[in-house]
Amino acid sequence: MAEVNNPRKFDKEGLGNVLLVAVSVCLVCSIVVSSAAVMLKPQQQINQELDRKQNILRAAGMLSADSIIDSEGRGVDEIFKRFDVRAVNLETGEYTDSVDVESYDQTKASRVSATSRDLTTSEDIATLGRREHVALVYMLTTEKGALDKVVLPVRGYGLWGTLFGYLAIEGDLQTVAGLAFYTHKETPGLGGEVDNPNWKALWPGVSLFDESGLPAVRLVKTRSPGGSAAAAHEVDALSGATMTSRGVENLVRFWTSELGYGPFLSKLQAGA
Amino acid sequence: MQTPKEVLIDPIFNNNPIALQVLGVCSALAVTVNMSTTLVMCAAVTFVTTMSNVLVSTVRNRVPSSIRIIVQMTLIASLVIVVDQILQAVAYDISKSLSVFVGLIITNCIVMGRAEAFAMQNGPWLSALDGFGNALGYSVILIAVALVREPLGSGTLLGYEILPRVADGGFYYTNGLMLLAPSAFFIIGLFIWGIRSWKPEQVEEPTYEIAPNMQYKEAM
Repeated sequence: MAEVNNPRKFDKEGLGNVLLVAVSVCLVCSIVVSSAAVMLKPQQQINQELDRKQNILRAAGMLSADSIIDSEGRGVDEIFKRFDVRAVNLETGEYTDSVDVESYDQTKASRVSATSRDLTTSEDIATLGRREHVALVYMLTTEKGALDKVVLPVRGYGLWGTLFGYLAIEGDLQTVAGLAFYTHKETPGLGGEVDNPNWKALWPGVSLFDESGLPAVRLVKTRSPGGSAAAAHEVDALSGATMTSRGVENLVRFWTSELGYGPFLSKLQAGA
Repeated sequence: MQTPKEVLIDPIFNNNPIALQVLGVCSALAVTVNMSTTLVMCAAVTFVTTMSNVLVSTVRNRVPSSIRIIVQMTLIASLVIVVDQILQAVAYDISKSLSVFVGLIITNCIVMGRAEAFAMQNGPWLSALDGFGNALGYSVILIAVALVREPLGSGTLLGYEILPRVADGGFYYTNGLMLLAPSAFFIIGLFIWGIRSWKPEQVEEPTYEIAPNMQYKEAM
């Protein structure tokens, strides 16, 4: 080998060389890593946006779990255009123009005190800490102009972390059209089964509110006998995942309550 | 000295990083539930191992031995982050299902092991072959495990139906164990058994012998 015969021109183990090598390796690596991150960022954001849209469509039952086109061959962006995206003030339940729906980041808003409110312990059943003032809603209308579905972003604490998802409600504003989570940290095989298509298929048709208009969804071990008043609000809990099931129950209840989308849904109901 | 061909081919069966050295098993358990994530993981590890060997080998004459491990680590970590970023850009769904395991390539013993054991002593070309060969050895085992786990666990291969499941009106009851990480342990164990029966020279010498119970006659 040629290198072996070369006389050592520098002191490889010397402090100067240690510093030189350390600094240059760090410099080169950081340039490579940061340029890769910066160059690929636009494409990654497109992917995240597409993934979010897919999840909204899946929650609304407009896209099957394993496909990215619907039965008529339309792509995600095209189906998504049917939605009317609106911003809603959660305190009043009215539409607001105070935020740009294209760029509004609801999760980020919930962390800033100017754009969110503190929840007291008794209010905060879904362990959110803070709730944003303005939320996005995805409205779907039929060709005749009647409300077909409304998709609401929801989140809440499970066992290991916050579950983020979408709750789709039918036009009667009473029946669930679907529930899907796009990010969660639950145990694979136990709480992670919130992603299981068979479990998600239990949600459509569940009735959200009782006679007095209060959130009534429950995740139960044993279903009440069919036909009884309670049975319409019940979904099978996930076996081996009590905390996740409780978290899902709480988050659905929270977001359908007066603190969540309740005021908006009642305004919508009254207006419809 | 090994010939270049030996450097490339040996790690596949004769000196397989998983089956003989039992390195890199953690990711082999985690990503082999289905074939598509396995293939992407194998491609990622192949890229990282080959490139890290080349880079480490290129700088080996300049790097002081006191900081060589941290230099190797930095190079490997940079490569892994680049791979992770690329996956998020071009294969978002798969990068989501691989989740942390792309990042964990950094700690995969095969990458670090080849950099320290081979690339520090050999030129870039041989090191590239060695990295590629070891990644192939890793990939062969992973693909074989996925080839067992996906059909038996979900009745599919690469998402296409092979064994019609009872849930879909077929005959096959899916084996839930195959979806869980321990099944890969059993499968890899069976592979190791198979390879060592085929190549008995891989069987390790016992490191110690259990002495029979006896009384201390000398002391009496």
